[in-house]
Amino acid sequence: MMNASLDKIYFDYAATTPVDDRVVEAMLPYFTRQFGNPSSVHIFGQEAEAALEGARETIARLLGVSSSEIVFTGCGTESDNLALRGVAFERKLRYGADRILISPVEHHAVSHTARQLADHFGFRLEFLRVDSFGMVDPDYLQKIIDRDVAIVSVIHGNNEIGTINPVAELGQICRNYQVPFHVDAVQSAAHLPLKGLEDWCDLAAFGAHKFYGPKGVGALFIRKGTPILPMLTGGGQENGIRSGTQNVPYIVGMAKAFELAQTEGLKIHASLIQFRDRIISSVQDNIKGSHLTGHPTLRLANHASFVFEGVDGNQLLILLDAAGFACSSGSACKTGDPKPSEVLLAMGISPPLALGSLRVTVGKYTTQEDVEKFVSVLPLLVHKIRKMSLELKGR
Amino acid sequence: MKDVKVAIAMSGGVDSSVAAALLKEQGYQVFGVMLRLWSEPGKEDSNRCCTPDSMAQARRVAAQLKIPFYAINAQEIFRQVVVEYFFEGYRSGITPNPCLLCNRYIRWDYMWKHVQAMGAEKMATGHYARLRVANSKTVKLLKGLDENKDQSYVLSVLRQDQLQHTLLPVGEFTKPQVRQLARDFGLPVAERQDSQDLCFLAGQDYRDFLRRNAPDVIRPGKIVTTGGQVVGEHEGLGFYTIGQRKGLGLQLPHPYYVVDKKVEENLLIVGKETDLRFGGLIAEGVNWIEENPPAVCFSAEVKIRYKARFVPAIIEIMDDHRVHVKFEQPVRDVTPGQRAVFYQGDEVIGGGMIREAIPFIIQEKA
Repeated sequence: MMNASLDKIYFDYAATTPVDDRVVEAMLPYFTRQFGNPSSVHIFGQEAEAALEGARETIARLLGVSSSEIVFTGCGTESDNLALRGVAFERKLRYGADRILISPVEHHAVSHTARQLADHFGFRLEFLRVDSFGMVDPDYLQKIIDRDVAIVSVIHGNNEIGTINPVAELGQICRNYQVPFHVDAVQSAAHLPLKGLEDWCDLAAFGAHKFYGPKGVGALFIRKGTPILPMLTGGGQENGIRSGTQNVPYIVGMAKAFELAQTEGLKIHASLIQFRDRIISSVQDNIKGSHLTGHPTLRLANHASFVFEGVDGNQLLILLDAAGFACSSGSACKTGDPKPSEVLLAMGISPPLALGSLRVTVGKYTTQEDVEKFVSVLPLLVHKIRKMSLELKGR
Repeated sequence: MKDVKVAIAMSGGVDSSVAAALLKEQGYQVFGVMLRLWSEPGKEDSNRCCTPDSMAQARRVAAQLKIPFYAINAQEIFRQVVVEYFFEGYRSGITPNPCLLCNRYIRWDYMWKHVQAMGAEKMATGHYARLRVANSKTVKLLKGLDENKDQSYVLSVLRQDQLQHTLLPVGEFTKPQVRQLARDFGLPVAERQDSQDLCFLAGQDYRDFLRRNAPDVIRPGKIVTTGGQVVGEHEGLGFYTIGQRKGLGLQLPHPYYVVDKKVEENLLIVGKETDLRFGGLIAEGVNWIEENPPAVCFSAEVKIRYKARFVPAIIEIMDDHRVHVKFEQPVRDVTPGQRAVFYQGDEVIGGGMIREAIPFIIQEKA
């Protein structure tokens, strides 16, 4: 399935996924024959518009919402940005609401956006509390929320530690105060049923490439009536919320991929969990000084994450790659200048330990054989790194 | 050769890029690495060895050659070993050469251990020097084929066991040939200027760097002539090098040169040009390429700094670590802290750090 690396095993499905062949197939006509601009009056435009609106309906149906509540964007990060900025600005304009509440374990798409709103646009940024699994505490939200909060944003399934947050409970609290609640569902869309999400959230961000769709396309669910200021202005596409000619082939691909993810994707859940738990228990049994990060059971089906004592996480990734396994780490950095992950620090993990992180995420092309190979090699590599750092210290 | 895994230290420059391409062509299993070295906070973009630019360039080359590429974090150990040594050198009045230490302890030790863990059996760099297997056991270090670009001086600190797992592909070519090879391989390497500056100085004057990072090194004191006459004030011994004439701020009828530093008394000694003539030197911490000296006393051509000319001399072994180097003709600017490297023809015999420069006159009397 993968070209450059036939002999390599991919364990980084949380970073991105290969595009499903059926998704590619669905996209192809819209690059060439049906290339029209959906805003055009003529038949070319009408064909493109039909494809676009078909895609919107597919996603809306799977979420159990109205298609007017779906806005297409350029990626998951753009969706998060639109949610935070759009709602925060509008709520401030209308009601003077200037508090932003986010968890300390958000993806940078949310945390850096909120930080900028606080540093340059007069908002007050406050953090919710998490427990040692990185799970957000609803009681604390209940305690600090009031009508001055412009938006609350919480990650659904955590990209680094896999923990699934109690979004329904958090959303209910927000709704009691009529405060918009945004959920970053970029990771969870591939693994959790999302039908009926409007019961507990007002906005939810998606990115297609996390569920076997193409990169460069995302969507934002915006519940009807949610105050939001457009961030891209222009021709008024996407209900005026996100101007710019729609990327029709990618949007078609996203809808196809989302359909597959929310139907047959959820059916392979049990086997993903089996792989995940095999990796987790093997690490816990065979590697001393290893710790699972995130919740042991309330976590994404495909997601195993750890910290290792006395191990440089980047070094481990490099050795894993050389041994043929593609993994990731919370502090992953290609420039040799690692910083401990803010997410791990927020959970109370010490900075040196946080630098020894590893994330292993499986997917629909993972086999039992891949997993067995991996669990047999990982302890050797961890041992190798520990031995090397002892040698270097002893010199 | 097919299955021999080689790590090439890549800088994004033409030499290491061509080295990588040559190794690939020779059939090795090649992967590229770049060390992320320490930079002064806020000056990361100017560190000569590992700017984001040079890393992007190295990645482009690696992608084109279809070899994996990894950045290895060496910031902490570089700061501890190399930068601290740099400060300590100036603190003790010598003019240190941190690149030599970096080669021995960072590249050929820290990096080697890392790439070894990744499966490498050899490591390669883009240095202009050559290696030859002398007999079944030892490896000789030779000057690069291109005398103008020869970098054997900076590799003279390597131990025999380090040389044995080393490959230096571009040492077999001249610089113009290497440039041509880059074009032939179609490598996207810009013609970057060679720089002699230390990577972590980020293109700035080392004096400013010391002021910011090791202010304790800077102790002003008196400038005294060889005759003992106080003629001025110095800003701190670290700011002057042996042989320096400009920037002393002296109002004297004749040109005066820095001829010595007295660290304990914090005195900068100046004298006439004739006082700069040295008859020999004591070098310590000597590294012999073939592990032992060729004889207790032998003649060699000596280089007293990276860009110095070769000067003929007699090398006398004093003890396990020290040698006495006696020049045939007096030599200028012998600078403690720099390395004296001994050659016979193309071959590097060994080298040691200059501990003491021996004035020409005294040696004649001795």
